[in-house]
Amino acid sequence: MIQAVMVISTQAKPRLLKFYNFQPPEKHQDLVRSVFQLLSARPDSVSNFVKVDSIFGPGTKLVYKHLATLYFVFVFDSSENELAMLDLIQVFVETLDKCFKNVCELDIVFNFNKLHTILDEMILGGQVIETSSEQIMKSVEEIERLEKQSSTTSFIPKSITERFTR
Amino acid sequence: MASTPPAPAVAPSLVDTLFQRSLNDLVKSLRADPSAAGEAAAVARALSEIHREIRAPDAATKSVALQKLAYLSSLHFAPVGSHPLAFAAIELLASPHLPHKHLAYLAASLSLHPASLSLLPLATHQLHKDLSPSAGAAHQQHVSALAFQLLASPAATAAPDLPVHLAHDLVQHLARGSPRAIAAAARVIAASPSAAVPVLFKPLAACLASPDPRASTAAAAAFCDLSAPPADATPFLPLAPDLYNLLTTSRSNWALIKVLKVFARLAPLEPRLAARIVDPVCQLLTRSSAMSLTFECIRTVLTALPAHDAAVRLAIGKAKEFIAAADDPNLRYLGLLALGMLGPAYASTVNDCRDAIAKSLGDADTNIRQEALHLIMGMVNENNVVDIAGMLISHVAKSDPEFANDILGAVLAACGHNVYEMVVDFDWYVSLLADMARTLHCAQGDEIGRQLVDVGLRVQDARPELVRSARTLLIDPALLGNHFLFPVLSAAAWISGEYVDLTKDPVELVEALLQPRTSLLPISVRAVYIHAVFKVITWCFSVYVGRLGDSGMAMDVMFDRLAPDQTVSLDSNVALGSGEEQDIGASTVRKDPFSHESILYMIDLIQTTVGPLINCNEVEVQERAHNLIGFVHLVREIQELNKRKVADGDEPSRLKELVKTMRTVFCQELGPVSVNAQMKVAPPDGLILNENLVELAGMVSEDDTTPSTSIFFYPCSRHSVDTRDEPAVSIGSSSLSEHRKRHGLFYLQTGKTEDEPNDYPQANDSLPSSSNNSVINDDKSKTAELVFAGKKSTATKSRPKVVKLDTEDFLSSVMPSANVPKEDPLSGALRDVLLGSDAKALSSQRASDINLEGMLNKTSSNESSSHLIENLGSYPASRSSRTTSKQQNDDKEKGTNPRESDGKEPRKHRSSGRSGHRQGKHKHREKSSTQPDTIPQASVIQDFLL
Repeated sequence: MIQAVMVISTQAKPRLLKFYNFQPPEKHQDLVRSVFQLLSARPDSVSNFVKVDSIFGPGTKLVYKHLATLYFVFVFDSSENELAMLDLIQVFVETLDKCFKNVCELDIVFNFNKLHTILDEMILGGQVIETSSEQIMKSVEEIERLEKQSSTTSFIPKSITERFTR
Repeated sequence: MASTPPAPAVAPSLVDTLFQRSLNDLVKSLRADPSAAGEAAAVARALSEIHREIRAPDAATKSVALQKLAYLSSLHFAPVGSHPLAFAAIELLASPHLPHKHLAYLAASLSLHPASLSLLPLATHQLHKDLSPSAGAAHQQHVSALAFQLLASPAATAAPDLPVHLAHDLVQHLARGSPRAIAAAARVIAASPSAAVPVLFKPLAACLASPDPRASTAAAAAFCDLSAPPADATPFLPLAPDLYNLLTTSRSNWALIKVLKVFARLAPLEPRLAARIVDPVCQLLTRSSAMSLTFECIRTVLTALPAHDAAVRLAIGKAKEFIAAADDPNLRYLGLLALGMLGPAYASTVNDCRDAIAKSLGDADTNIRQEALHLIMGMVNENNVVDIAGMLISHVAKSDPEFANDILGAVLAACGHNVYEMVVDFDWYVSLLADMARTLHCAQGDEIGRQLVDVGLRVQDARPELVRSARTLLIDPALLGNHFLFPVLSAAAWISGEYVDLTKDPVELVEALLQPRTSLLPISVRAVYIHAVFKVITWCFSVYVGRLGDSGMAMDVMFDRLAPDQTVSLDSNVALGSGEEQDIGASTVRKDPFSHESILYMIDLIQTTVGPLINCNEVEVQERAHNLIGFVHLVREIQELNKRKVADGDEPSRLKELVKTMRTVFCQELGPVSVNAQMKVAPPDGLILNENLVELAGMVSEDDTTPSTSIFFYPCSRHSVDTRDEPAVSIGSSSLSEHRKRHGLFYLQTGKTEDEPNDYPQANDSLPSSSNNSVINDDKSKTAELVFAGKKSTATKSRPKVVKLDTEDFLSSVMPSANVPKEDPLSGALRDVLLGSDAKALSSQRASDINLEGMLNKTSSNESSSHLIENLGSYPASRSSRTTSKQQNDDKEKGTNPRESDGKEPRKHRSSGRSGHRQGKHKHREKSSTQPDTIPQASVIQDFLL
């Protein structure tokens, strides 16, 4: 299964963290830090797999992709195929790109919820449930439509800024 | 817990909440000051704000607060007390507004903590409601998706009763083949098998056969996850037909990968399965264009179908294609990884692509380098170890420090494995060790130093080369600045001191050991250096004095600093009386290190450099410096007398005696000691190890603290091959046996006769090295193979003898030594006879008699114990008639005084074909057959107590 999905900026700031195995919250920061140290030490154009037994337990590996200012990291165990995970990162990034129209780090910083919605359409409980970026995008749009519907009927925004930005 | 009605505008908290910051505001404020302190302040402010807002009665305020809290706890690691978050989240789960509900589920699945599990039952009802099907299709689908999300989140799967309550709700979703439900069911089963399996396993298995490819893919993934290694894959064997169907019909690479993974785990459990799947797997392997699937096929074949040769060759071919992929480091890495999965049966195949693998050692990618190193170390055997180690060491210089040390560590581990079983040419290995120490980034000093000393102790033939290598290390002042090399230098200094008689130029050695930069060394190493100087100078004196004695009254001539002539150097050789005569002879002709002036020069050097160290505040150094300076003073005193020509004939002999005494101190051969020597000693009956020994304190202080000076009278065993076996062997050991006699009660009894702790194998055999070949029996096959090794002249050289201790390879079999039947019948019988004065020994001896009968093909069942021993003695002795005759002489000598010689008897390991073993048995045969039974037994018990 997939044990964790991380998006970490090249400034070592986490942009998205999702653990599918329980990790004590107080350990999260250490995990991010050690993964970042591992990745930032690797030069470009080398293989994308790293064994992370020392960080996530025996038999775990991570696959990462370095795109612009972000590292996309998937941590997985022996039940996943390395190259398939690499493809999955590609799917995730493609989906983000489609959802945000040329995704950049700021989109990811300011769309905490949407990012999770996209990820949840793709992976549930560490299992891949959808691998087509079109399908994921369609589902995400459907959810947004449903929620908008729900808000227009019954939701009065409380936040001033939200009211103004809408 | 009821949701707030959708009219929050009238709430009194409007003024407060009017200015509530949204998540975006929060993110902006956090980004305003990117410094750590600024961020921490912003987080703290936001948290206090959230704590106020989250108690707000209206759902909207609460949900925004919850969202901010989830964000902070997830990405800013805010220490969120779990309860406020968990409670608000669970409260909002029930909200009829989809966005609120969504937020609540997200917050709950992100941040629920096992500590907040007590709250989770509160959510059970809501989850149940959200999972139940209702009218609004799209809306309901979304809601149940959220519920699955929470159900599969790590915290919820840790809640014991949640699966029990909700398993039935999952069943209907499984029946519809929802991938989410399948994934959630897998998590639920993994979290609580006992409760969930009866309910969920069958519906889940039914999904495998579902016509919907999404459902079957998800089900395959679920079973792949559930059968992952810590779990037992056996319960999944009944799924094989469905999985096989999927394997042959599915078009989805995801599904195929998962099915292959499950089959890789099932195939070892069911032999027929491998034959069934090998064809479809090979088809996929040749047909598939997806690299991920190809790699999975390779992995399946190499790990689960090793018996199918054609498939394995196909997979290896594909793996080699991966390795050859110049533009994709991922494929190269995975190709190497795949080859690493091959068993030893295909080692030759791996060998074929050695060049490609060796090239990968220089790859920019650490992963690829590591895998390549791992593969190469897997190929090493005694035929190619020289090539491979040479190639690897040449890579060390080109590698970054970390990988360089990985290489060095791997080479050291491989060559040192099982007492250097792969090393044939120890001269080569010793110089390799020295080369390794000199590589640029070497940080493996500890292991190199350890192996240098260890080789010295175990392999007599390697000592000349060791001393040469140690010299090159010691005379290089540059090495003294590298703190990683201190252990190596320490080992080199020890070797030069211990085997000083093999050195060519002791003067140079003393200079090297006392060079100014040695002040950079740590205390422990300096102490070793000074002690090595002590040994060197003692040896030089002994040679010098030996010459004085030889030239008799021509001593005056010696003092008149005459250049050494041919006869003198000849004399020195006689005095040396040990190996490397030619080398030393050559160097003595060139420059005599034992001339009066060389000795004087060395003494002066020692006094000027070591002299100040007697004030050193480190005891180790101070003590050794004191020893050395004290010795030098003693010698000098006598020499002063000589110089003033008041030699009354007494002084030289005093000098001679002194030097000889000192020399004998260092002559005792050192050998390796087994780590488990102590463990093998069985406590005697009736000894309670935990007993309080306080009452013995008086006795200890009375007797044991008197220092034993007798140690100074060890004979020079290394120099006199013949005297070593002579009866008057050592006063040291006889004083030990005296002590043993006095305090016999407190000595432990041996488990086996070969286990006496002070009786480890002598590192050098008393036989000359030329006879090694005749002695080696078990190693013979090994050396025979090595003749094939090929071009190198070194390979035709037979492997020198390596001292190996019992425990080093019979460890596991010997450990339960309390079990008599498990013991080697031979040694057991021996022990019984040697210790055997009581009835118990006799009975077990009968048993071992029978064992031996078959083994030796002799009928001895009703013969006496002395005959039994006779058999034992003659059995190994038949190996070499030459040594037997020699032994018989020895035996006769020993027979006169068996007790004293016992303690010194060298014992060798069986598998390395040792004469010592044989000698020991011989001796006992002599004892028991030539003397009345009772007397030797009594004395034997004494000696084998230790």
